[in-house]
Amino acid sequence: MDSHKPLHFKTFAMILIMIIAGPLGNVLLGKGMKSVGSTTVASFPELVHVVGRVFTSESVWLGIASLLTFFVANLLVLSWADYSFVQPASSMAYGVVALFSVFLLGEQVSPLRWLGIAIICAGVFVVGRTHPRTTEHS
Amino acid sequence: MLKFLYFFMIVVAGTGGELCVSRAMKQTGEVKDFRPGAVAKVLWRALSIKWMWLGVGLMTMAFFSLLAILSIEKVSFVVPVTALSYVAGALGGRFFLGEKISASRWTGIALVCVGVTLVFLGKG
Repeated sequence: MDSHKPLHFKTFAMILIMIIAGPLGNVLLGKGMKSVGSTTVASFPELVHVVGRVFTSESVWLGIASLLTFFVANLLVLSWADYSFVQPASSMAYGVVALFSVFLLGEQVSPLRWLGIAIICAGVFVVGRTHPRTTEHS
Repeated sequence: MLKFLYFFMIVVAGTGGELCVSRAMKQTGEVKDFRPGAVAKVLWRALSIKWMWLGVGLMTMAFFSLLAILSIEKVSFVVPVTALSYVAGALGGRFFLGEKISASRWTGIALVCVGVTLVFLGKG
């Protein structure tokens, strides 16, 4: 009946952590991987060399730490909130990642791409706002 | 084609992994105590569920694919394209789990597709 239940503080806090830590992790990984260079490998020694370069990058480790924070917040929130609720609430992460890319990495984002990102956020939001259960209870 | 494979792994393995982890956490039960020791205990309990391991395995594959694509493409291009995982999730639900996809959900999926297309076209 009541579809406007107050958002629990812990849910809000976890989603806030998710929409900051997730995009930050991706941006840090992007920064680290750009410094690593090409990851195309043709032999095992090359693979070892590339893996070594990846895991000695400070940005990659910071990115992993940030994504782990995102992952734990996601796990915790999923233990009480519906996936179909968490999904739309975290849709703004796509906008946040674009903002971080511009301000932290200096990437150029064209107006068309901004429009695409806004439409993706809207689409993810709409997908998540639909009824979470469409199959019968067994 | 390699880029396509990376995106495919990020979208399909990533979505499958999330669904497995979600299922495992529902089995674990609601987290009410946020002290580090209690959280560690919950995570330890979650690790005893096979869905968690399958989920983590799939997400690891997606993660390494993400690392590889990030070495050659912009973050502001890669991350929006990974939104295709919502399309994969809905199609997986429709064809593997027999879920009914409502008109509004199809609308959301279509919006994600349009958005990703614009992100591709806005590359420059």
